[in-house]
Amino acid sequence: MKFKALTVAALTVAMPVMALAGPDDDKLVINGEIEIVTKAAAPAHMEETGIDTVMSGWHFRADETQALEMDDFDNPGMIFVDQAIDAWNMAEGSEGKSCASCHDDPSSMAGVRAVYPKWNEAAGEVRTLAMQVNDCRVNKMGADKWKYAGGDMASMEALISVQSRGMPVNVATDGPVKAVWEQGKELYYTRTGQLDLSCASCHEQNYGNMIRADHLSQGQINGFPTYRLKNAKLNTVHARFKGCIRDTRAETYSPGSAEFVALELYVASRGNGLSVEGPSVRN
Amino acid sequence: MKLTYLTVAATLVAGSAFAAEVGPKEVKYNDDTAIEMSLTGVAGDPEKGAVIMATKSKGNCVACHEISALSAAFQGNVGPMLDGAGDRWSVGELRGLVVNAKMMFEGSVMPSFYQVDGFTRPGNAYTGKAGQEPLAPLLSAQEIEDVVAFLATLKDE
Ligand code: HEC
Ligand code: HEC
Repeated sequence: MKFKALTVAALTVAMPVMALAGPDDDKLVINGEIEIVTKAAAPAHMEETGIDTVMSGWHFRADETQALEMDDFDNPGMIFVDQAIDAWNMAEGSEGKSCASCHDDPSSMAGVRAVYPKWNEAAGEVRTLAMQVNDCRVNKMGADKWKYAGGDMASMEALISVQSRGMPVNVATDGPVKAVWEQGKELYYTRTGQLDLSCASCHEQNYGNMIRADHLSQGQINGFPTYRLKNAKLNTVHARFKGCIRDTRAETYSPGSAEFVALELYVASRGNGLSVEGPSVRN
Repeated sequence: MKLTYLTVAATLVAGSAFAAEVGPKEVKYNDDTAIEMSLTGVAGDPEKGAVIMATKSKGNCVACHEISALSAAFQGNVGPMLDGAGDRWSVGELRGLVVNAKMMFEGSVMPSFYQVDGFTRPGNAYTGKAGQEPLAPLLSAQEIEDVVAFLATLKDE
Protein backbone atom coordinates (compact mmCIF):
# COMPACT_ATOMS: atom_id res chain seq x y z
CA MET A 1 0.00 0.00 0.00
CA LYS A 2 1.18 3.53 -0.78
CA PHE A 3 0.44 6.67 1.18
CA LYS A 4 0.46 10.27 0.13
CA ALA A 5 3.13 12.10 2.09
CA LEU A 6 1.78 12.74 5.58
CA THR A 7 3.07 16.27 5.46
CA VAL A 8 0.16 17.32 3.27
CA ALA A 9 -2.39 16.13 5.80
CA ALA A 10 -0.20 17.22 8.69
CA LEU A 11 -0.09 20.77 7.37
CA THR A 12 -3.70 21.51 8.25
CA VAL A 13 -3.11 20.05 11.69
CA ALA A 14 0.18 21.90 12.13
CA MET A 15 -1.13 25.35 11.25
CA PRO A 16 -3.13 26.21 14.37
CA VAL A 17 -0.39 24.76 16.56
CA MET A 18 2.13 26.90 14.78
CA ALA A 19 0.00 29.99 15.24
CA LEU A 20 0.19 29.33 18.97
CA ALA A 21 3.94 28.71 18.86
CA GLY A 22 4.52 31.80 16.72
CA PRO A 23 4.53 35.01 18.75
CA ASP A 24 1.16 36.18 17.48
CA ASP A 25 0.84 39.30 19.58
CA ASP A 26 4.43 40.42 19.11
CA LYS A 27 4.59 43.59 17.09
CA LEU A 28 7.62 44.99 15.38
CA VAL A 29 7.98 48.74 15.81
CA ILE A 30 11.46 50.07 15.14
CA ASN A 31 12.77 52.99 17.24
CA GLY A 32 9.31 53.33 18.70
CA GLU A 33 8.07 54.84 15.44
CA ILE A 34 8.45 52.73 12.30
CA GLU A 35 5.64 50.18 12.24
CA ILE A 36 6.59 47.07 10.35
CA VAL A 37 3.92 44.86 8.80
CA THR A 38 5.24 41.39 9.65
CA LYS A 39 2.08 39.48 8.75
CA ALA A 40 -0.03 40.17 5.70
CA ALA A 41 -2.67 38.51 3.57
CA ALA A 42 -0.87 36.27 1.08
CA PRO A 43 -0.68 37.72 -2.44
CA ALA A 44 -3.21 36.31 -4.91
CA HIS A 45 -0.61 34.28 -6.83
CA MET A 46 -0.08 32.12 -3.71
CA GLU A 47 -3.63 30.87 -3.60
CA GLU A 48 -2.66 27.39 -4.78
CA THR A 49 -0.19 27.04 -1.88
CA GLY A 50 -2.90 27.05 0.78
CA ILE A 51 -0.94 29.72 2.69
CA ASP A 52 -3.23 32.61 3.53
CA THR A 53 -0.86 34.69 5.65
CA VAL A 54 2.70 35.60 4.76
CA MET A 55 5.05 36.26 7.66
CA SER A 56 8.38 37.85 8.16
CA GLY A 57 11.17 35.62 9.43
CA TRP A 58 11.22 37.92 12.48
CA HIS A 59 8.27 35.98 13.92
CA PHE A 60 10.27 32.77 14.01
CA ARG A 61 13.18 34.07 16.00
CA ALA A 62 13.67 34.06 19.76
CA ASP A 63 12.57 37.09 21.79
CA GLU A 64 16.15 38.23 22.39
CA THR A 65 16.94 38.15 18.67
CA GLN A 66 13.68 39.93 17.89
CA ALA A 67 14.50 42.68 20.37
CA LEU A 68 17.77 43.51 18.59
CA GLU A 69 15.77 44.71 15.63
CA MET A 70 13.50 47.04 17.58
CA ASP A 71 16.06 49.76 18.14
CA ASP A 72 18.70 50.86 15.67
CA PHE A 73 21.20 51.27 18.50
CA ASP A 74 20.90 47.55 19.21
CA ASN A 75 20.82 46.44 15.58
CA PRO A 76 24.37 45.44 14.59
CA GLY A 77 23.37 45.80 10.93
CA MET A 78 23.19 49.58 11.36
CA ILE A 79 26.98 49.82 11.67
CA PHE A 80 27.16 48.77 8.04
CA VAL A 81 24.56 51.35 7.09
CA ASP A 82 26.88 54.02 8.52
CA GLN A 83 29.79 52.62 6.53
CA ALA A 84 27.69 52.72 3.38
CA ILE A 85 26.96 56.43 3.92
CA ASP A 86 30.69 57.05 3.55
CA ALA A 87 30.75 54.96 0.38
CA TRP A 88 27.70 56.86 -0.89
CA ASN A 89 29.56 60.15 -0.67
CA MET A 90 32.92 58.95 -1.94
CA ALA A 91 33.86 59.77 -5.53
CA GLU A 92 35.36 56.75 -7.27
CA GLY A 93 36.29 55.77 -10.80
CA SER A 94 37.24 57.62 -13.98
CA GLU A 95 34.26 60.03 -13.87
CA GLY A 96 35.11 61.40 -10.44
CA LYS A 97 31.57 60.81 -9.24
CA SER A 98 29.93 59.37 -6.15
CA CYS A 99 26.39 58.07 -5.67
CA ALA A 100 25.62 61.47 -4.15
CA SER A 101 26.66 63.24 -7.37
CA CYS A 102 23.59 61.84 -9.10
CA HIS A 103 21.23 60.94 -6.25
CA ASP A 104 21.87 63.63 -3.60
CA ASP A 105 20.94 62.32 -0.19
CA PRO A 106 20.35 58.59 0.44
CA SER A 107 16.78 59.53 1.36
CA SER A 108 16.17 59.93 -2.39
CA MET A 109 16.14 56.11 -2.39
CA ALA A 110 12.85 55.92 -0.44
CA GLY A 111 10.61 53.34 -2.10
CA VAL A 112 13.35 51.77 -4.21
CA ARG A 113 14.00 48.59 -2.19
CA ALA A 114 10.28 47.81 -2.16
CA VAL A 115 9.99 47.29 -5.92
CA TYR A 116 13.22 45.40 -6.68
CA PRO A 117 13.93 43.14 -8.54
CA LYS A 118 12.31 45.06 -11.37
CA TRP A 119 12.29 45.36 -15.14
CA ASN A 120 14.81 47.68 -16.73
CA GLU A 121 13.43 48.73 -20.07
CA ALA A 122 16.64 50.13 -21.56
CA ALA A 123 18.63 47.00 -20.72
CA GLY A 124 15.73 44.66 -21.46
CA GLU A 125 16.36 42.66 -18.29
CA VAL A 126 15.15 42.04 -14.76
CA ARG A 127 17.50 43.82 -12.39
CA THR A 128 18.18 43.23 -8.76
CA LEU A 129 19.27 46.12 -6.57
CA ALA A 130 22.83 44.78 -6.64
CA MET A 131 22.82 44.69 -10.45
CA GLN A 132 21.60 48.29 -10.53
CA VAL A 133 24.26 49.43 -8.07
CA ASN A 134 26.96 47.80 -10.17
CA ASP A 135 25.50 49.28 -13.34
CA CYS A 136 25.84 52.76 -11.81
CA ARG A 137 29.37 52.00 -10.68
CA VAL A 138 30.54 50.80 -14.06
CA ASN A 139 28.56 52.99 -16.46
CA LYS A 140 28.05 56.21 -14.50
CA MET A 141 31.14 56.34 -12.31
CA GLY A 142 33.67 54.41 -14.36
CA ALA A 143 34.48 52.42 -11.23
CA ASP A 144 34.96 48.69 -10.67
CA LYS A 145 32.03 46.43 -9.94
CA TRP A 146 31.58 45.34 -6.38
CA LYS A 147 31.53 41.63 -5.65
CA TYR A 148 27.89 40.59 -6.00
CA ALA A 149 27.37 39.26 -2.48
CA GLY A 150 30.37 40.95 -0.86
CA GLY A 151 30.54 43.31 2.10
CA ASP A 152 30.47 46.60 0.15
CA MET A 153 27.37 45.52 -1.71
CA ALA A 154 25.60 44.18 1.37
CA SER A 155 26.24 47.45 3.21
CA MET A 156 24.99 49.59 0.32
CA GLU A 157 21.87 47.43 0.05
CA ALA A 158 21.29 47.98 3.76
CA LEU A 159 21.56 51.75 3.35
CA ILE A 160 19.11 51.69 0.45
CA SER A 161 16.76 49.34 2.29
CA VAL A 162 16.64 51.55 5.39
CA GLN A 163 15.14 54.36 3.30
CA SER A 164 12.09 52.16 2.61
CA ARG A 165 11.56 50.57 6.01
CA GLY A 166 7.87 50.19 6.72
CA MET A 167 6.84 50.47 3.06
CA PRO A 168 5.11 47.43 1.56
CA VAL A 169 7.10 45.12 -0.70
CA ASN A 170 5.48 45.38 -4.10
CA VAL A 171 7.40 43.66 -6.88
CA ALA A 172 5.82 43.03 -10.28
CA THR A 173 5.03 39.45 -11.27
CA ASP A 174 3.51 40.22 -14.63
CA GLY A 175 4.20 42.07 -17.86
CA PRO A 176 7.82 41.97 -19.01
CA VAL A 177 9.02 40.16 -15.86
CA LYS A 178 6.53 37.31 -16.26
CA ALA A 179 8.91 34.79 -17.89
CA VAL A 180 11.63 35.38 -15.31
CA TRP A 181 9.09 35.16 -12.48
CA GLU A 182 7.90 31.80 -13.86
CA GLN A 183 11.49 30.59 -14.00
CA GLY A 184 11.95 31.61 -10.37
CA LYS A 185 8.81 29.78 -9.38
CA GLU A 186 10.01 26.64 -11.12
CA LEU A 187 13.31 26.85 -9.23
CA TYR A 188 11.47 27.32 -5.94
CA TYR A 189 9.68 24.02 -6.39
CA THR A 190 12.60 22.03 -7.86
CA ARG A 191 13.96 19.43 -5.46
CA THR A 192 17.73 19.40 -5.54
CA GLY A 193 20.71 17.54 -4.22
CA GLN A 194 21.17 14.22 -2.53
CA LEU A 195 18.63 15.21 0.13
CA ASP A 196 16.16 15.98 -2.67
CA LEU A 197 14.57 19.05 -1.07
CA SER A 198 13.14 22.22 -2.62
CA CYS A 199 12.63 25.64 -1.07
CA ALA A 200 8.99 24.62 -0.70
CA SER A 201 9.91 21.41 1.20
CA CYS A 202 11.17 23.53 4.06
CA HIS A 203 9.61 26.99 3.76
CA GLU A 204 6.16 26.17 2.38
CA GLN A 205 5.37 22.69 3.73
CA ASN A 206 7.21 22.96 7.02
CA TYR A 207 7.42 26.55 8.24
CA GLY A 208 6.70 26.67 11.93
CA ASN A 209 8.29 23.23 12.40
CA MET A 210 11.69 22.59 13.89
CA ILE A 211 14.47 21.13 11.78
CA ARG A 212 16.97 20.23 14.47
CA ALA A 213 17.57 23.52 16.36
CA ASP A 214 16.18 25.73 13.59
CA HIS A 215 12.65 27.11 13.68
CA LEU A 216 11.70 27.07 10.00
CA SER A 217 10.31 30.35 8.68
CA GLN A 218 8.65 31.03 5.35
CA GLY A 219 12.03 32.04 3.94
CA GLN A 220 10.88 35.59 3.19
CA ILE A 221 13.39 38.17 1.97
CA ASN A 222 11.68 41.42 3.02
CA GLY A 223 14.26 41.71 5.83
CA PHE A 224 17.38 41.52 3.68
CA PRO A 225 20.18 42.20 3.91
CA THR A 226 20.13 40.46 7.24
CA TYR A 227 22.65 40.61 10.06
CA ARG A 228 23.20 37.05 11.29
CA LEU A 229 24.47 36.43 14.79
CA LYS A 230 25.92 33.19 13.45
CA ASN A 231 28.48 34.84 11.17
CA ALA A 232 28.40 38.37 12.60
CA LYS A 233 27.97 40.15 9.29
CA LEU A 234 25.39 41.31 6.80
CA ASN A 235 24.15 38.55 4.51
CA THR A 236 22.72 39.09 1.05
CA VAL A 237 19.74 37.29 -0.44
CA HIS A 238 21.85 35.32 -2.90
CA ALA A 239 24.29 34.22 -0.22
CA ARG A 240 21.34 32.88 1.78
CA PHE A 241 19.92 31.06 -1.25
CA LYS A 242 23.32 29.53 -1.83
CA GLY A 243 23.53 28.31 1.75
CA CYS A 244 20.09 26.75 1.67
CA ILE A 245 20.76 24.90 -1.60
CA ARG A 246 24.14 23.75 -0.34
CA ASP A 247 22.32 22.27 2.64
CA THR A 248 20.40 19.96 0.30
CA ARG A 249 23.78 18.47 -0.72
CA ALA A 250 23.38 20.03 -4.16
CA GLU A 251 25.55 21.96 -6.55
CA THR A 252 24.50 25.57 -5.90
CA TYR A 253 24.08 28.44 -8.33
CA SER A 254 26.34 31.48 -8.01
CA PRO A 255 25.34 34.82 -6.50
CA GLY A 256 24.30 37.08 -9.36
CA SER A 257 23.46 34.18 -11.69
CA ALA A 258 20.36 34.38 -13.88
CA GLU A 259 18.84 31.56 -11.80
CA PHE A 260 19.24 33.42 -8.51
CA VAL A 261 17.93 36.67 -10.04
CA ALA A 262 14.80 34.78 -11.11
CA LEU A 263 14.49 33.05 -7.74
CA GLU A 264 14.89 36.39 -5.95
CA LEU A 265 12.08 37.93 -7.98
CA TYR A 266 9.78 35.01 -7.22
CA VAL A 267 10.62 34.82 -3.51
CA ALA A 268 10.28 38.62 -3.18
CA SER A 269 6.80 38.36 -4.72
CA ARG A 270 5.77 35.86 -2.04
CA GLY A 271 6.39 38.70 0.40
CA ASN A 272 4.35 41.34 -1.41
CA GLY A 273 2.45 43.18 1.31
CA LEU A 274 5.06 42.69 4.06
CA SER A 275 7.08 45.76 5.02
CA VAL A 276 10.62 46.32 3.90
CA GLU A 277 12.49 45.49 7.10
CA GLY A 278 16.21 45.39 6.27
CA PRO A 279 18.68 45.30 7.70
CA SER A 280 17.02 42.68 9.88
CA VAL A 281 18.60 40.57 12.62
CA ARG A 282 18.49 36.78 12.53
CA ASN A 283 20.44 33.97 14.13
CA MET B 1 56.83 -6.27 -1.12
CA LYS B 2 55.00 -6.32 2.13
CA LEU B 3 52.77 -3.47 0.97
CA THR B 4 51.71 -5.25 -2.18
CA TYR B 5 50.84 -8.34 -0.23
CA LEU B 6 48.70 -6.33 2.19
CA THR B 7 46.92 -4.51 -0.62
CA VAL B 8 46.01 -7.79 -2.29
CA ALA B 9 44.73 -9.20 0.97
CA ALA B 10 42.71 -6.05 1.63
CA THR B 11 41.17 -6.18 -1.82
CA LEU B 12 40.17 -9.80 -1.28
CA VAL B 13 38.47 -9.02 2.01
CA ALA B 14 36.73 -5.94 0.63
CA GLY B 15 35.72 -7.91 -2.45
CA SER B 16 34.07 -10.69 -0.51
CA ALA B 17 32.27 -8.28 1.82
CA PHE B 18 30.98 -6.48 -1.20
CA ALA B 19 29.67 -9.59 -2.88
CA ALA B 20 27.42 -10.43 0.07
CA GLU B 21 25.94 -6.94 0.09
CA VAL B 22 22.81 -5.84 -1.71
CA GLY B 23 23.90 -2.70 -3.60
CA PRO B 24 21.78 0.47 -3.90
CA LYS B 25 20.73 -0.53 -7.42
CA GLU B 26 19.82 -4.10 -6.44
CA VAL B 27 17.37 -3.60 -3.59
CA LYS B 28 14.06 -5.36 -4.18
CA TYR B 29 10.82 -4.06 -2.77
CA ASN B 30 7.87 -6.31 -1.98
CA ASP B 31 4.57 -4.66 -2.78
CA ASP B 32 6.54 -1.39 -3.26
CA THR B 33 6.95 -0.83 0.46
CA ALA B 34 9.00 -3.48 2.24
CA ILE B 35 12.48 -4.87 1.72
CA GLU B 36 12.39 -8.26 3.39
CA MET B 37 16.00 -9.28 2.81
CA SER B 38 18.81 -7.90 4.95
CA LEU B 39 21.15 -5.72 2.90
CA THR B 40 24.20 -7.44 4.38
CA GLY B 41 23.19 -10.72 5.96
CA VAL B 42 24.81 -9.43 9.17
CA ALA B 43 22.37 -8.68 11.99
CA GLY B 44 22.07 -4.97 12.74
CA ASP B 45 23.37 -3.58 16.04
CA PRO B 46 20.65 -1.42 17.64
CA GLU B 47 23.14 0.48 19.81
CA LYS B 48 25.12 1.55 16.78
CA GLY B 49 21.84 2.39 15.06
CA ALA B 50 20.89 4.76 17.88
CA VAL B 51 24.21 6.57 17.51
CA ILE B 52 23.86 6.84 13.73
CA MET B 53 20.38 8.31 14.07
CA ALA B 54 21.55 11.03 16.44
CA THR B 55 24.79 11.88 14.61
CA LYS B 56 24.65 14.90 12.33
CA SER B 57 27.14 13.56 9.79
CA LYS B 58 25.36 10.17 9.66
CA GLY B 59 21.60 9.63 9.70
CA ASN B 60 20.76 12.90 11.48
CA CYS B 61 17.23 11.50 11.79
CA VAL B 62 16.70 13.68 14.87
CA ALA B 63 16.81 16.73 12.57
CA CYS B 64 13.26 15.81 11.59
CA HIS B 65 12.06 13.22 14.14
CA GLU B 66 11.62 13.08 17.88
CA ILE B 67 12.66 9.82 19.52
CA SER B 68 12.24 9.67 23.30
CA ALA B 69 14.82 6.88 23.61
CA LEU B 70 17.55 9.15 22.26
CA SER B 71 19.04 11.88 24.41
CA ALA B 72 20.12 14.08 21.48
CA ALA B 73 19.29 17.76 22.03
CA PHE B 74 17.07 19.67 19.60
CA GLN B 75 15.02 16.93 18.00
CA GLY B 76 12.96 18.27 15.12
CA ASN B 77 9.33 17.75 14.16
CA VAL B 78 9.26 17.89 10.37
CA GLY B 79 8.43 14.18 10.45
CA PRO B 80 6.30 12.18 12.89
CA MET B 81 7.57 11.10 16.30
CA LEU B 82 9.19 7.68 15.97
CA ASP B 83 8.22 6.26 19.36
CA GLY B 84 6.32 3.06 18.65
CA ALA B 85 7.66 2.78 15.08
CA GLY B 86 8.55 -0.84 15.83
CA ASP B 87 4.87 -1.57 16.53
CA ARG B 88 3.58 0.28 13.49
CA TRP B 89 5.93 -1.25 10.92
CA SER B 90 7.47 -4.64 10.19
CA VAL B 91 11.26 -4.92 9.93
CA GLY B 92 10.93 -5.14 6.14
CA GLU B 93 8.85 -1.97 6.06
CA LEU B 94 11.31 -0.13 8.31
CA ARG B 95 14.14 -1.16 5.98
CA GLY B 96 12.09 0.06 3.03
CA LEU B 97 11.44 3.39 4.76
CA VAL B 98 15.08 4.10 5.49
CA VAL B 99 16.28 2.99 2.05
CA ASN B 100 13.71 5.11 0.20
CA ALA B 101 10.76 6.55 2.13
CA LYS B 102 9.21 7.80 -1.12
CA MET B 103 8.22 4.21 -1.95
CA MET B 104 5.85 4.26 1.01
CA PHE B 105 5.10 7.98 1.19
CA GLU B 106 4.85 9.46 -2.27
CA GLY B 107 6.59 12.83 -2.47
CA SER B 108 7.99 12.62 1.07
CA VAL B 109 10.58 15.17 2.16
CA MET B 110 12.45 12.37 3.94
CA PRO B 111 15.74 11.76 2.09
CA SER B 112 16.53 8.35 0.57
CA PHE B 113 19.44 7.01 2.54
CA TYR B 114 20.57 4.35 0.07
CA GLN B 115 20.28 6.19 -3.23
CA VAL B 116 23.31 7.01 -5.38
CA ASP B 117 22.03 8.59 -8.57
CA GLY B 118 19.07 10.20 -10.31
CA PHE B 119 19.42 13.48 -8.38
CA THR B 120 18.90 17.02 -9.69
CA ARG B 121 22.14 19.00 -9.37
CA PRO B 122 23.88 16.41 -7.18
CA GLY B 123 26.51 18.01 -4.98
CA ASN B 124 29.74 16.93 -3.37
CA ALA B 125 28.38 16.53 0.16
CA TYR B 126 27.85 19.97 1.77
CA THR B 127 30.45 21.86 -0.28
CA GLY B 128 27.96 23.38 -2.74
CA LYS B 129 30.21 22.07 -5.52
CA ALA B 130 29.12 19.57 -8.17
CA GLY B 131 29.25 15.89 -7.24
CA GLN B 132 29.79 12.98 -9.56
CA GLU B 133 27.10 10.30 -9.66
CA PRO B 134 27.04 7.63 -8.44
CA LEU B 135 27.42 9.40 -5.08
CA ALA B 136 28.19 7.44 -1.94
CA PRO B 137 24.86 6.62 -0.28
CA LEU B 138 24.02 8.67 2.85
CA LEU B 139 24.29 5.48 4.90
CA SER B 140 26.13 2.23 4.15
CA ALA B 141 24.26 -1.08 3.94
CA GLN B 142 25.37 -2.10 7.43
CA GLU B 143 24.53 1.32 8.89
CA ILE B 144 21.01 0.91 7.51
CA GLU B 145 20.76 -2.54 9.12
CA ASP B 146 21.89 -0.98 12.42
CA VAL B 147 19.27 1.78 12.16
CA VAL B 148 16.55 -0.71 11.29
CA ALA B 149 17.54 -2.86 14.27
CA PHE B 150 17.18 0.18 16.54
CA LEU B 151 13.85 1.25 15.03
CA ALA B 152 12.51 -2.27 15.63
CA THR B 153 13.16 -1.79 19.37
CA LEU B 154 10.89 1.31 19.49
CA LYS B 155 7.79 -0.35 20.95
CA ASP B 156 5.13 1.15 23.17
CA GLU B 157 5.01 -0.91 26.32
C1 HEC C 1 14.12 15.94 6.16
C2 HEC C 1 13.28 15.27 7.10
C3 HEC C 1 13.50 13.82 7.49
C4 HEC C 1 14.66 13.15 7.82
C5 HEC C 1 16.08 13.69 7.84
C6 HEC C 1 14.28 11.81 8.18
N1 HEC C 1 12.93 11.67 8.07
FE1 HEC C 1 11.83 9.97 8.51
N2 HEC C 1 10.12 10.90 7.90
C7 HEC C 1 10.01 12.23 7.52
C8 HEC C 1 8.63 12.52 7.22
C9 HEC C 1 8.08 13.87 6.79
C10 HEC C 1 7.91 11.32 7.43
C11 HEC C 1 6.41 11.06 7.26
C12 HEC C 1 6.11 10.56 5.89
C13 HEC C 1 5.77 11.71 5.00
O1 HEC C 1 4.77 12.39 5.25
O2 HEC C 1 6.51 11.99 4.07
C14 HEC C 1 8.88 10.32 7.87
C15 HEC C 1 8.54 9.01 8.21
C16 HEC C 1 9.40 8.12 8.83
C17 HEC C 1 9.02 6.83 9.38
C18 HEC C 1 7.59 6.29 9.48
C19 HEC C 1 6.92 7.13 10.54
C20 HEC C 1 5.99 6.38 11.48
O3 HEC C 1 4.82 6.64 11.41
O4 HEC C 1 6.47 5.57 12.26
C21 HEC C 1 10.14 6.26 9.89
C22 HEC C 1 10.25 4.91 10.58
C23 HEC C 1 11.24 7.18 9.63
N3 HEC C 1 10.75 8.30 9.00
C24 HEC C 1 12.56 6.95 10.01
C25 HEC C 1 13.63 7.81 9.74
C26 HEC C 1 15.01 7.50 9.99
C27 HEC C 1 15.49 6.23 10.63
C28 HEC C 1 15.74 8.56 9.55
C29 HEC C 1 17.24 8.73 9.49
C30 HEC C 1 18.05 7.65 9.06
C31 HEC C 1 14.81 9.56 9.07
N4 HEC C 1 13.54 9.06 9.19
C32 HEC C 1 15.18 10.81 8.58
C33 HEC C 1 11.06 13.14 7.43
C34 HEC C 1 12.41 12.87 7.65
C1 HEC D 1 16.73 21.71 4.42
C2 HEC D 1 15.83 22.78 4.67
C3 HEC D 1 15.85 24.03 3.82
C4 HEC D 1 15.73 24.16 2.46
C5 HEC D 1 15.56 23.06 1.43
C6 HEC D 1 15.76 25.57 2.18
N1 HEC D 1 15.94 26.28 3.33
FE1 HEC D 1 15.92 28.32 3.53
N2 HEC D 1 16.29 28.12 5.53
C7 HEC D 1 16.37 26.93 6.23
C8 HEC D 1 16.63 27.20 7.62
C9 HEC D 1 16.79 26.15 8.72
C10 HEC D 1 16.68 28.61 7.75
C11 HEC D 1 16.90 29.43 9.03
C12 HEC D 1 15.60 29.55 9.77
C13 HEC D 1 14.56 30.24 8.96
O1 HEC D 1 14.56 31.48 8.83
O2 HEC D 1 13.71 29.53 8.36
C14 HEC D 1 16.45 29.15 6.41
C15 HEC D 1 16.39 30.53 6.12
C16 HEC D 1 16.08 31.05 4.88
C17 HEC D 1 15.94 32.47 4.61
C18 HEC D 1 16.14 33.59 5.63
C19 HEC D 1 14.83 34.05 6.18
C20 HEC D 1 14.99 35.23 7.11
O3 HEC D 1 13.97 35.68 7.65
O4 HEC D 1 16.09 35.70 7.32
C21 HEC D 1 15.60 32.58 3.30
C22 HEC D 1 15.36 33.87 2.53
C23 HEC D 1 15.54 31.24 2.74
N3 HEC D 1 15.83 30.35 3.73
C24 HEC D 1 15.21 30.95 1.43
C25 HEC D 1 15.28 29.65 0.88
C26 HEC D 1 15.13 29.38 -0.53
C27 HEC D 1 14.80 30.41 -1.60
C28 HEC D 1 15.32 28.03 -0.69
C29 HEC D 1 15.42 27.23 -1.95
C30 HEC D 1 16.39 27.63 -2.91
C31 HEC D 1 15.53 27.48 0.63
N4 HEC D 1 15.52 28.49 1.54
C32 HEC D 1 15.68 26.12 0.90
C33 HEC D 1 16.22 25.67 5.70
C34 HEC D 1 16.02 25.37 4.35
